[in-house]
Amino acid sequence: MNRALTLIRRRLIGGIFVLLIVVIGTFLLLETAPGDAVDAYIASTGGDAGMIELLRHRWGLDQSVLTRLANYLWALLHLDLGQSVTFSRPIRDVILERLPNTLLLMGSATALSFGLGSALGIYAGARPGSVRDRFLSIGSLALYAVPGFWLGLVLIIVFAVDLRWFPIGGIESIASGKTGLDRAVDIARHLVLPVSALGFIYLALYLRMMRAGMAEVWRQDFVLAARAKGLSRRRIVLAHVARNALLPLVTMLGLQSAQMLGGSVVIESVFSVPGLGRLAQEAVAARDIPLLLGIILVSAVMVIVINLLVDIAYAVLDPRVGASEASA
Amino acid sequence: MSEFTISRRTVLAGSAFLLASTALPTIGLAQTPKKGGRLVVAADSEPRNLNPAIVASNGVFFISSKVVETLAEASFDGKDGLDPRLALSWEGAADGLSVTFKLRQGVNWHDGKPFTSADVAFSALQIWKPLQNLGRTVFKDLEAVDTPDELTAVFKFAKPTPFQLIRNALPALSSVVPKHVYESGKIEENPANNAPIGTGPFKFAEHKPGEYYRLEKNADYWGKDQPYLDEIIYQVLPDRTSAASALEAEEIQLAAFSAVPLADLDRISKVPGLKVITKGYEGLTYQLVVELNHRRKELADLKVRKAIAHAIDKDFVVKTVFLGYAATATGPVPKNDPQFYTADVPTYAFDVAKANALLDEAGYRRSDDGKRFSLKLLPAPYFNETKQFGDYLRQALAAIGIDAQLVNNDSAAHIKAVYTDHAFDLAVGPPVFRGDPAISTTILVQSGIPDGVPFSNQGGYKNDELDALIAKASETLDTAARTELYKAFQKKVAEDLPLINVAEWSFISVVRDTVGNIANNPRWAVSNWADTWMEA
Repeated sequence: MNRALTLIRRRLIGGIFVLLIVVIGTFLLLETAPGDAVDAYIASTGGDAGMIELLRHRWGLDQSVLTRLANYLWALLHLDLGQSVTFSRPIRDVILERLPNTLLLMGSATALSFGLGSALGIYAGARPGSVRDRFLSIGSLALYAVPGFWLGLVLIIVFAVDLRWFPIGGIESIASGKTGLDRAVDIARHLVLPVSALGFIYLALYLRMMRAGMAEVWRQDFVLAARAKGLSRRRIVLAHVARNALLPLVTMLGLQSAQMLGGSVVIESVFSVPGLGRLAQEAVAARDIPLLLGIILVSAVMVIVINLLVDIAYAVLDPRVGASEASA
Repeated sequence: MSEFTISRRTVLAGSAFLLASTALPTIGLAQTPKKGGRLVVAADSEPRNLNPAIVASNGVFFISSKVVETLAEASFDGKDGLDPRLALSWEGAADGLSVTFKLRQGVNWHDGKPFTSADVAFSALQIWKPLQNLGRTVFKDLEAVDTPDELTAVFKFAKPTPFQLIRNALPALSSVVPKHVYESGKIEENPANNAPIGTGPFKFAEHKPGEYYRLEKNADYWGKDQPYLDEIIYQVLPDRTSAASALEAEEIQLAAFSAVPLADLDRISKVPGLKVITKGYEGLTYQLVVELNHRRKELADLKVRKAIAHAIDKDFVVKTVFLGYAATATGPVPKNDPQFYTADVPTYAFDVAKANALLDEAGYRRSDDGKRFSLKLLPAPYFNETKQFGDYLRQALAAIGIDAQLVNNDSAAHIKAVYTDHAFDLAVGPPVFRGDPAISTTILVQSGIPDGVPFSNQGGYKNDELDALIAKASETLDTAARTELYKAFQKKVAEDLPLINVAEWSFISVVRDTVGNIANNPRWAVSNWADTWMEA
C-alpha cells in the first residue's frame, strides 16, 4: 500500500507540470493560428466594421495575448475553466455534458479491444504457427490497416442502412422519453456500431502483441520445466505463458488511451455521437480557445489518471516495479 | 409530380433551370393535407445564436424561421413577390421618408401575450438597426417607428429610403421578437437568443447540444388549421455522408441545403421513396465569384482581368463542379432575379487564344518556362464547390501562363487572410444575392469599406463612376428608375471586372415522398413550414 501511495504522489507532481506545459503550449499554438473567434463567427453571418469591433470587445479578444493567458491561468487556479464564446455557457457545463458519452464510447471500445484482442491473442498464441494462428494474424493485420472512418461508414451501410439492425448514429433515440433500463438498452443499441468501429482497429494491436509475447515465452526454460512436470497444456497456456505475456499489454493499455481519444474525434463525427472529440473539432473551427483548452485539460487529466491506474495495476501484477520506484 | 422529381439529364439540358423554376408557382401532393407527425430533418451545424432578428443568416433561419416570423415572406405569385405574414399590407410614402405597415390581428406570442405594433417598433429600432448583420446597412437611416394604434407601425427614415429596398428586405431582415421578453437586460445576452420565443407555427421546445433541436406545434397559431405537423426535429449530423445514409435508413425525412453532396444525388434519386428537388431556393441564390486584389499591379490592369475572364470555361464549371445544378453567370445580379437582372452586359466567352493575346498586349510575356507571373489563389472553404472551382481555376490559369499557387485555409483563417490582411491575389468567394443589390451585392465593389468587413470589397478596387452609380441608386425612390440604375450597375461591373462572376447556384433538397407541401415558396427551406404535412 505504501508503495502505491508513493507512486501516486510522484505521478501527481509530475502530472501538474505536464498539465501546465500542455495549457501554455496549446494557448500559444492556437494564438498563432490565423483568425480568431470573431473571424470564425462572421464567416457564417457577415457583418460590418462596427459589429466586428463590438464582438471583439465583448468576447475579450481586444486584449493582448499575455493578458488573456494570465487571466486564463488565474481563473484556472480557482478551478474555473471560463466561458465558451461559441456556446455562451460555462465551459465546465459544456464539457460535463459531453464527457460521459466519450467515456462510454472509449471505455466500451477499450474493453472490447483489450478483452477480445487478448483472448484471440491467447487463442492464436497457444499454438504458434498453426492455421488458426496464421488466419488470426493476417486478419488482424488487415483490420489494423483499415482507416477508422472507412470501417465506420461500411458498418453504417451494412448494419444501419441495408439490414437496419442498428441506428445510423447519435447516442440515443431522439426525444423518446425512455427512462431506466429502456434507456440503457437504447443507448447500448446506439453504441454497438461506433464501439465496434473504434474497438476493432485497436483489437488487432492487442491480439498481435499477446501472440508475439506468447511466442517469446514458449521458448523460456520455465515452460520447459512446466511441461516436464506434466502440467496440462491448457494450464501451461493460461497460467504460465499467457500470464507472462500479459504485462506489456497493460502498458499498451495506458498508451492507447491517449490514442483512442484521437480516434474518437473521427468516430464521433461519423456516428454523430455528441462527445468530446467532436466538441474539440468544433472548438478549433470556431477558434474557441478557452473551450479547446478545457477539453485538452480534461483529456490530459484522463490520460494521466489512466496511466496512474496502469502503474498501480503494474505494481500489483509485477512486484519488481513498485519496489524499484519506492526505493529510488 | 413527375415534373418536380428531376433527373440529372433534364437539369443538364437547360442551365437556365433557375429561371424556369420560378415559372412553376405551386408544388405538392395533390391530396388533402393530414394532421400530425414528426418531421425529422438533417442539420449540419448548430448556430450559436438562434435569434433571427440579430443574425439574419440561412443557418439560423433554417431552424428559427418556424418559431419567429417576419413581416412578410417571399412568394412565387404574390404582389411584389411577397406574401403577408405578421404584416397584412405595406405602403411607402412618395417622399421615401416613411413606410406604413398594417399588422395582423389576433396574433399571440408563444407565452400567451398579444403581438402588437410595439413589438415591431422595438425589434426594428433596438435590434434590426443597431445589432443585425444586414439590418445595420438597410435600416441605417431608420429614425423612429410610430405606433398610432396596436396594429399600425409607421417606419420613419431620416433620409429618403427606396421603398423597393425595404420591400425586398422584408423576408430576410424583418424577424419580429417580443418586446416584453427583450426590454430588460442586454439584448445580446438574453436567454431567448438560444430558445427563441415568437409567433410562428412552431414553439421552440429543446436543444440537446450535439444531438438535436426539437420544435413543437403551436396550437394557438393564427393560420387556420395550421400547422399540420406535431413536431419538427433537427438532427445534428456533422458528417457529410450521414445525411444520405439517414435518408435511406428512413431515420430522417428531409435533407435541405444540399446536405446530401451533389455527387451522391444520382444514386440517391434512384432510391425508392426519395425525391431530389431543386425548387424552393430561388430567393437564396449563391454566386461563385473570383475576387481580385487590385493592389497587385498585374490585376489592376483591365486587360489582365479580361484575360482571366476569358480563360474560365463557365459551362465546364457548371457541368463539372456543380454537376449541372447551377447556371452560368453574366454579372453581379443572378439570372433568376425577377426584378433587376439584365442580360445586356459585356460577356467574356471562353477563349484561351484571346486571353493569351490580351496578356501579351498588356506586356506580360511568357518567360522561358512558359509562365508570365505568379498569383496566390485562396478558395473559400465553406462549400465543396468553391474548393473544387479553386482547383479548376488553377488549371485554367496555367493554360494562359499564370502560375496560381493554391492556399487552402479553414473559415476563420480564410476570413482573416482575405478580408483583414488582404494576403491574397485571387480568392474564390460565394457571396449571396438577397433579392436587392443594395443588401449585400453593391458592397462587393464599392470603395471606402473599412478593413476586416467580410464579403465586401477588400481588393482595394476604386471606381468613382461605379461609386456614384451605387450612391445614386441608394437614394432613388422611383422603382423603375432605381431598377434602371442597377442595370447600369451590372453593365459597368461586367465592363470593368472588379470581380469575375462565374456561376450561380442554389441548393438541393432530398425528401421522402410522404412529405407534402414542400418547396412552395422561393425561400422554402427558411420559411415557416406552417402548411407542410406528412403522411402517417
